[in-house]
Amino acid sequence: MRHVARTRKQAITVRVNGIEYEGQVEPRRLLSDFLREDLGLTGTHVGCEHGICGACTVLVDGRAVRSCLLFAVQVDGAEIMTVEGLARGEQLHPLQEAFWEHHGLQCGFCTPGVLMAAYEFLRDNPNPTEREVRENAAGNLCRCTGYEGIVRSILAAARKLQADR
Amino acid sequence: MKPAAFDYYAPDTLDEALAVLAERGDAAKILAGGQSLVPLLNMRLAKPEALVDINRLRELDYIREENGWLAIGAITRQRTLERYPLVRQHLPLVADALHALGHAQIRNRGTIGGNLAHADPASELPAVLVALGGELVAASVAGQRPLAPEEFYLTYLTTTLDPTELLVEARFRLPTGRHGGAFLELSRRHGDYAMVGVGVQLELAPDGTVARAGIGLCGAGPVPIKATEAEALLVGERPGEELFAEAGVRAAAQAEPESDIHASADYRRDMVRVLTRRALRLALQRAAAADTQ
Repeated sequence: MRHVARTRKQAITVRVNGIEYEGQVEPRRLLSDFLREDLGLTGTHVGCEHGICGACTVLVDGRAVRSCLLFAVQVDGAEIMTVEGLARGEQLHPLQEAFWEHHGLQCGFCTPGVLMAAYEFLRDNPNPTEREVRENAAGNLCRCTGYEGIVRSILAAARKLQADR
Repeated sequence: MKPAAFDYYAPDTLDEALAVLAERGDAAKILAGGQSLVPLLNMRLAKPEALVDINRLRELDYIREENGWLAIGAITRQRTLERYPLVRQHLPLVADALHALGHAQIRNRGTIGGNLAHADPASELPAVLVALGGELVAASVAGQRPLAPEEFYLTYLTTTLDPTELLVEARFRLPTGRHGGAFLELSRRHGDYAMVGVGVQLELAPDGTVARAGIGLCGAGPVPIKATEAEALLVGERPGEELFAEAGVRAAAQAEPESDIHASADYRRDMVRVLTRRALRLALQRAAAADTQ
C-alpha cells in the first residue's frame, strides 16, 4: 500500500507524449498543475478546477480525463498525452489542421481541451453524426465560438482521418 | 482553488482498504473516480484529513450476470458498464441513464460505486437502481452487509454507510420475459445535471398485460423515489396511452421536488408527469420489439 503523509512528497514517474519525466509531488498536487508547473507543459489549460469546463482535458492511459480532477500521485507510471503531443514536429495533426481550416477557435483557451476530447472521440467513433459531435463537444465549455466552428472542424477532421486510413 | 492537504493512502487489496478505513474512516474520504469528490476538495467545500484511493482495487472491477442479477463491482467505470454488451442490447434503461450521465471524460473515470454512494439527488444511477430493483453491498473489517436502496439512501448526499465502510458492489435485478426500459431526463444541455429524470422498466406477461413495472425518479426529492402508486396502477393492466398518462400523474404526486436556480418545484413535478408518460411509451415500444430473454 502506498502511504504519503500530507507534508511529504512522493516521487513519481510519468510518460508524457512519449517522454519520461520524474517529479516530487505532495498528495494534493493536481495533475493539471503538475503538467503545467512541474513539467512546463502549459498547453493544458485550467479553466474552472471543478470538472465542468474541460479545458484541462488530457489522455491518461488512452482515456480522456479532466486533469484537474486527478492527483499527480494517481498517475505514477501512466502514459499521458497532452495537446503538445498532437503535432509531429512541424506537422500538425489532422484535427489541428481542420480547426485551422474551419475556424474552430477564436481565443483558443478551450481549444486544447476540445482537441483532446475530440481526439478520443474520433478514435472511438471515426464516422460520427453531427448530433454525436455536438454531444461530445458539450463536454467542453467554449465562450467564443458558439460551437459552430468546433463542430465543423471535428466533422472535417473525421473526414481527413478516414481518408488517411 | 487548490485542495487542502491530506494524507494519502492507496491500498492494493480490499483488506488493506478496509483496515485503513477501520483506523481512519471517521476523518477520511474514499477516492474512487473523483468526479464528484475532487471538485468538492478543489473548492474546499470538503477538507478530509485523509484520502483512501481505491483505484488499485481491481478485484472490485467486474460485471457479472449471476442468478438473475447484474452484479457490478464498485470501482467499475461508468464507461465500462455503458459499453457492456448486455446493457447496450438488452437494458436500454441503464444505457440511456449512462448516456445522460455527464460527458465521456467523466464516465472514463467515474465509477458505479462512487456515483451510487455520493447520493446526489439529481443522479441517474440511484433512480435506475430503484426502477430495476436491486441492492448495495457494504463491507468493513466486520464483514459485508446487503442494503436495499431505501435502507441505503438517507437524504441529500447522505447514505447509511458507516465511515469505516466501503461500498463494494451494486446489484441490479435483471428483468425477465418481454421487457423494455427507458430513462429520460430534463437538463439544459446534454450532460448537465438533471433537473429531473425518470427511469422506467416494464416486463410484459404473455398476454400483453404488464407483469411488472418499476419507476424511479431523480431530481425529485432528497433521495431517489420509487413511484409505487404509478407502478401499482400499471400491474395487470393492458398498456396504453391513457394508462400511461394516469401513471404520470401518480408519479408526479409522489415527487417531492424543491425549487432552485434551475427549476421550480412545480415545474419539476410537472416534468415528472410528462417524462414518466414518455418513458413508459418508449419502454413499451422497446418491449414490443424485444426478443424474449
